[in-house]
Amino acid sequence: MSIEIKVPQLPESVADATLVTWHKQAGQTVTRDENLADLETDKVVLEVPAPVNGVLKELRIVAGTSVTSGQVLAVLEEGGAATAAPAKVAATPAAAPAAKAAPVATPPAANDNGKLAPSVRRMVEEKQLDPSKIPATGRDGRITKGDVVEYLDKPAAAAPVASKAAAPAPAVTGAAGRNDQRVPMTRLRQRVAQRLVEAQSTQALLTTFNEVDLKAVMDVRAKYKETFEKKHGVKLGFMSFFVKAAIEALKRFPVLNASVEGTDIVYHEYYDIGVAVSTDRGLMVPVLRDADLQSYADIEKNIGGYAAKARDGKITIEELTGGTFSITNGGTFGSLLSTPIVNMPQSAILGMHKTMERPVVVGGEIVVRPMMYVALSYDHRIIDGREAVQFLVTIKDCLEDPARLLLSV
Amino acid sequence: MSNEYDVIVIGGGPAGYPAAIRAAQNKLKVACIDEWKNKDGTAVFGGTCTNAGCIPSKALLESSELYHKTKDELGAHGINVSGVTFDVAQMQKRKTGIVKASTTGIAMLLKSAGVTPLQGHGKLLANRKVEFTAHDGKKQELSARHIVLASGSIPTELKSMPFDGKNIVDSWGALDFESVPKKLVVVGAGVIGLELGSVWRRLGAEVVVLEALDTFLPIADQGLAKEAARHFKKQGLDIKLGAKVSGAKSSGNAVDVSYTDATGNQTVTVDKVIVAIGRRPFTQNLLGDGAGVQVDERGFIKVDDHCKTGVENVWAVGDCVRGPMLAHKGKDEGVMVGDMIAGRYGHMNYNTIPSVIYTHPEIAWVGLTEEQVKASGRAYKIGQFPFAASGRARAMEATAGFVKLIAAQDDDEILGVHIIGPMAGELIAEAVLAMEYSASSEDLQRTIHAHPTLSEALHEAALAADKRAIDNVNR
Repeated sequence: MSIEIKVPQLPESVADATLVTWHKQAGQTVTRDENLADLETDKVVLEVPAPVNGVLKELRIVAGTSVTSGQVLAVLEEGGAATAAPAKVAATPAAAPAAKAAPVATPPAANDNGKLAPSVRRMVEEKQLDPSKIPATGRDGRITKGDVVEYLDKPAAAAPVASKAAAPAPAVTGAAGRNDQRVPMTRLRQRVAQRLVEAQSTQALLTTFNEVDLKAVMDVRAKYKETFEKKHGVKLGFMSFFVKAAIEALKRFPVLNASVEGTDIVYHEYYDIGVAVSTDRGLMVPVLRDADLQSYADIEKNIGGYAAKARDGKITIEELTGGTFSITNGGTFGSLLSTPIVNMPQSAILGMHKTMERPVVVGGEIVVRPMMYVALSYDHRIIDGREAVQFLVTIKDCLEDPARLLLSV
Repeated sequence: MSNEYDVIVIGGGPAGYPAAIRAAQNKLKVACIDEWKNKDGTAVFGGTCTNAGCIPSKALLESSELYHKTKDELGAHGINVSGVTFDVAQMQKRKTGIVKASTTGIAMLLKSAGVTPLQGHGKLLANRKVEFTAHDGKKQELSARHIVLASGSIPTELKSMPFDGKNIVDSWGALDFESVPKKLVVVGAGVIGLELGSVWRRLGAEVVVLEALDTFLPIADQGLAKEAARHFKKQGLDIKLGAKVSGAKSSGNAVDVSYTDATGNQTVTVDKVIVAIGRRPFTQNLLGDGAGVQVDERGFIKVDDHCKTGVENVWAVGDCVRGPMLAHKGKDEGVMVGDMIAGRYGHMNYNTIPSVIYTHPEIAWVGLTEEQVKASGRAYKIGQFPFAASGRARAMEATAGFVKLIAAQDDDEILGVHIIGPMAGELIAEAVLAMEYSASSEDLQRTIHAHPTLSEALHEAALAADKRAIDNVNR
């Protein structure tokens, strides 16, 4: 029975999606739930799972094309193994003329998909590649030699290909060494770019700084690291402390957990904290829902889960939407100090940075402490300097003396 | 006869009739209006291609080439021929017969498909209404959900020497000569000029081709053009580049053509002048007031990539819109529109439209010329294979020319294929298919081609791009 594979219902805020990569080719067998293709929207990459076992009969959309909800992407023939596609390489001996035993083409290799172009077949075999991993830009989702060449040049990122104009391609080989290379922005990057500019031009963004002595937190971690991991099955990181400290501060300064809507300030009576994760597709900020109700272990687990999902391109749009406050960490890349941009429609964002041992003065003495600069960017339209500064000081105090988190002082 | 249709196609040439047939195949109610009348007054479908272009010219090219071959080229085969004569009237009769078979065929196809043929003039009014005027003058107002404009093109006239229907003629007139002119001038060394010049040259006319540009066949790959020029010169076509005609004076049965070239003002006296400087879109009396369809400064109907005009449900295809004025381009546009109107997938790939010049040797190409690739800055490699090295070509005594393949250095994608030689127009089809699939030269290299055939030349040219040709020395 033929089944039409359609674009899944896209979330409300998303108008259309780009079919980035076909993971299966026409003629290949697919199993139920196997991912057939990646659809990229403004925020996230969606998968298109096969609804049943069967054979992918026909691809209707070429990689790189824009699609809308419900559009037919491909046709799947339910059940059965892939019938030998007539285009398969091996000329069956039965067809050869009676006379001499014409040298029969050796049966195709186990992973020869039969519909690969001759040059692609060669490269796949020579380099032991998995064709299903190569983004295809050819007709009906076929892999061209150029696709393999490009794939070998950058194996990690499956760069979504924009137009497939046969006209002179923009990429120029570095023969002269001074060429420009024009690469179209991915949808995700375009959307991110748009939002960043929007934030900057709508909000009255300011950043205030402070520094935190993380010795107390580190001591707690050192003391309970193993017990924590043994009991909860997840490592005790720093993020849970920061999230908890941030929530404590948000409770005291609710306007930092608010949004501007028109001329209203909407105070959110829940704490959905976004935690920024960096992927090779761009920065994503999945949200910890009701983080105030989550334990430290829950927070660490969820953050770890999101990081893995983001890397695999499996984060859903629901997981990226909402959020009342965000935390970002430039320290993982070595940043000492920075001015994060607020994740609209939120009104504030906490920036963590690199923890560096520095000489500081404690009780009149110079000591070496693990110090981290923290930054708070905020929307000055509704948050005044005093609140912003005190908010940050609260976070600092809670981290420098974690007992405060216990007692809410 | 009802006056309401799903689709009305105005124009029954190589773009219009396929549009009509495809729409009808998609179960739509279609009418195809066509106003072509032959010189004998008969109204027929098929447009310029069938009646005054592609088909009749190929018939005469075949006949004249056979005459030339029989007279001059059979000796190598050990066949002795003497006293070969030809009869222009018979050649023309055969040509007319072929044209008639084609136009009858098209009428039959339209009928088979269920398209209502309306012979007369169609004029687009507002709101997708069409004023149809039959050849007997009777007017009717028709309406349709969709309109496809396919009114085609006409030969461009030179202001300095307007057509006189006798000695200064257009391409249609050049196909109808009743006798071989002793000497003739062809203005314009384009595809049509070269083909028509070839026909009459082979039949004994002295042919001078006056080309205003300084480059020969600028639309073609220059390696190809140079080779072609060499052969045409050997055949006796006197092609003068940089020659701009300034006027013509008819006197009785002779025409004095004046032109200027690098050395100054010149005149040449000939029996006939064929003006083949190009064609322009024909939309005379097509768009009524309120039709809303826009035309650009060169007279083409403005359309987008899917042949939609700015007016809802009004489409335009073929020579009356932008793009190469080729019958197959018009045909595929017509078919695309016939499908899109029915809500189906429709697509035109303008990058893989082949071009063919039916001279001898035949010329064909698809994709980018070497000059275009160079200008794009993309590093490329070339593989060339001469037919002189082809066993089949040798057996056919057709060793002139070569296959030239251009591929990208970065990913081996085939960028262009240029062929001059036997059956070039047929051989190019493989290259077009390869390029439709974004094939690499390696893909062609790894595809078996029968031996001994002319098609092997494409295989070897692909190999030559990587300096791995088997049947030619790799340089």
